[in-house]
Amino acid sequence: MKQIAVVSGKGGTGKSSLVLAFASLAKNAVIADCDVDASNLHIILNPTILKTKEFIGSQIAHIEKNKCTTCLACYLGCKFGAITKDIEIVESLCEGCGVCHFLCPSKAITMIDKISGYTYISKTRLGILVHAFLKSGAQSSGKLVNEVRKNAIEISIEDNKDLILIDGPPGIGCPVISTITGINLAIIVTEPTFSAIHDLERVLEVNRHFGIKSVVCINKSDINIKNTSNIKEYCNRNNTLMIGELPYNPIVNSAIVSRKTLIELPDSPFSLKIIEIWEKIMEVIKD
Amino acid sequence: MILSIASGKGGTGKTTVSVNLALSLDRVQLIDCDVEEPNDNIFIKARIENTQDVNVEIPEIDYEKCLNCGKCADFCNFNAIIDLPSGIKVFSGLCHSCGGCALVCPNEAISWKDKKIGIIRSGTSGGISFFEGILDIGEVRPTPIIKALKYQIRSDIDTILDCPPGTSCSFLETVNGSDFCILVTEPTPFGFNDLKIAVEALKEMRIPFGVIINRDGIGDDEIELFCKHEMIPILLKIPYNEDIAKLYSKGEVFIDYFPEIRGQIVSMLNNIRGRKNEADCSS
Repeated sequence: MKQIAVVSGKGGTGKSSLVLAFASLAKNAVIADCDVDASNLHIILNPTILKTKEFIGSQIAHIEKNKCTTCLACYLGCKFGAITKDIEIVESLCEGCGVCHFLCPSKAITMIDKISGYTYISKTRLGILVHAFLKSGAQSSGKLVNEVRKNAIEISIEDNKDLILIDGPPGIGCPVISTITGINLAIIVTEPTFSAIHDLERVLEVNRHFGIKSVVCINKSDINIKNTSNIKEYCNRNNTLMIGELPYNPIVNSAIVSRKTLIELPDSPFSLKIIEIWEKIMEVIKD
Repeated sequence: MILSIASGKGGTGKTTVSVNLALSLDRVQLIDCDVEEPNDNIFIKARIENTQDVNVEIPEIDYEKCLNCGKCADFCNFNAIIDLPSGIKVFSGLCHSCGGCALVCPNEAISWKDKKIGIIRSGTSGGISFFEGILDIGEVRPTPIIKALKYQIRSDIDTILDCPPGTSCSFLETVNGSDFCILVTEPTPFGFNDLKIAVEALKEMRIPFGVIINRDGIGDDEIELFCKHEMIPILLKIPYNEDIAKLYSKGEVFIDYFPEIRGQIVSMLNNIRGRKNEADCSS
């Protein structure tokens, strides 16, 4: 079983639209939405949820006021500013380390599980989708990505799937690193803007740092032809394979509005290009 | 006034709005808090004058003193200290610097050392006092860098905070304490979905906010209907325009070429300032 993830560094370059198109083309895949902060695949795939599980991302301190002697040991010991001088817990700042619980001389503080979101296993017209919802402001997006990926692996073994197709989050931090760890191939979607190129370079560095093989796809390539050729040169110099480019096309947005994948729209030169890119990806992960 | 620019969904135009807003003000602080992928300076082109490291504290084990009792590993909720047959091992990337391991160690074998996770740097460009943070490659925790950036906020001039995408901890860290938050979205079901999550987060934090619809015209009108229904002010609509996209691709701002949008931005800012003053008076 192989795992491929679509990532980008910069947001809004077209990760989800491409993943959805690939999902239409993949014959035997589990789809995993690892952009747990702002997951979007479910909007197009209209899933029927088969299984929901609470996600305990962390613990949170709870104070029993009647036992508290206001000695301030917890307030002084908390490195996150999550306890006020009046001994109130600021939930959004508590990272669940347990130092206050340890320091409290009157055992007034207990650590309780915090439900930070949910994981789902769902049925869709394109196969099984594993996805999640992270409550806003929750801390543990990397941990939740791990849960989603664990579900994907379990399903792929149960159902004999040979591919896990992952939609990744933007950025280069914790959830991105959780997304790419142990995958076979990262497809980096970029666009020919200075911002996206800067972000592409950073995400490529992260992939190199963790030893992840990467290929690059340029979206909206005709917005700036000079930048597009610069990206190609950059990839060349860095021994990174360019697997294709897609011009700006408003049908990407109309597909989203009509809740379809780009492959589910009538055939067009644009969808043929995506098919070509997909075939190249299949070539690359064969070995 | 502290104004944060956020979005939920990535790539909707936070950076575009932040830099064009900053350039519409005479004296302003612009702080790029998207420390995973900072882009503002591509447009602002500030000359960097100052750079400083951002460090976090991580535990250092004195193996002469370590009794291998494993209490530190038991205590750590982040799996940053593991009790291996070969001895206690620290995984510094997972450490939240809570200090718990040193507290529970019975033999004072744990001390603290600094570990660099990124930098913050600053410079000026015209009337803009610019700051940005950059997370080191391979590091997982952006929030200490955002904290370090927010120490730079001055109260005597306006501050614009360009937020990271999403609504998790780094978003929260950035918008916390803002007088007003501008949510930049695009009129597609993806933009709408992520906007709703961001709206919920801001309501919970009791931060007043409004919406800018960027690339107006590319999708549908669900967001407008939603905002009307929820009585969320639509502050500005920026039409989809190939010329704007092309300017962006070259790292250029659009307000110099679109004076009518510049005018709209200025009146939007006055409008937000008016709302804030009203709120200050009534509280």
